[in-house]
Amino acid sequence: MIAKYKNIVVNIASRVMAPFMMLYALYALFHGHSSPGGGFQGGAIMAAGVMLLRLTLGKERSSRKFPVWLAPVIGTTGVFIFAGTGIVTMLGGGNYLDYGFLPFPFLSPSEHRFWGILIIEIGVFLGVSGIMVTIFDCLTAEQE
Amino acid sequence: MKWFPIVVLCLFVGLLFYAEKDLPAFGDIEAPQNTHVSDEYIQRSYEDTHTPEFVTAVLADYRGYDTLGETSVIFTAGVICILLLTGNRKDDSKV
Repeated sequence: MIAKYKNIVVNIASRVMAPFMMLYALYALFHGHSSPGGGFQGGAIMAAGVMLLRLTLGKERSSRKFPVWLAPVIGTTGVFIFAGTGIVTMLGGGNYLDYGFLPFPFLSPSEHRFWGILIIEIGVFLGVSGIMVTIFDCLTAEQE
Repeated sequence: MKWFPIVVLCLFVGLLFYAEKDLPAFGDIEAPQNTHVSDEYIQRSYEDTHTPEFVTAVLADYRGYDTLGETSVIFTAGVICILLLTGNRKDDSKV
């Protein structure tokens, strides 16, 4: 079990920085269409924010913000969103991960692909951030 | 015996410098990596995917299957960590 870090400067600084890191992770995710960024990078920044809280606040207090059981759930949900998008396009009549067959009405084929890319980037984001926090929690789990 | 790895490393560096002469120049538009499909990606990715950043278009759309594989690699790593590092550990040393 990671204990609370006993230094007020580190504590206050990390508590100020962590929300901005998570917000920047969302920016990197949603701005991935027009600048460098995307699911992998955003997920890594998001996981870094959660890990910073885990390291400085201790596992017990940071679990109130981000429970330990939530990380594997988020990770598997992300991979499920990615793979499920491919299944949906197959049900629409196309190939696997052919976003032109997503069931969006009133959109041109290129805009179908735009939203398809955003959906699978969200899947990658959730998968990477959840699994990275899961690995961190497993490595720092208490020994019996 | 101590000098043997250094000699092998020097020979390998020499081999790499020898092979480097046959590589195309940096930014050569006649090079194979610039004449195959990258032109198509650069020219057509905005019309195909409505996405200004064509790296994202290649990563998530043209090569989406590859990205699914990368994500599942990370997922497998997480599952292996859960299986190996949590739960009851038996003491195998007394078997």
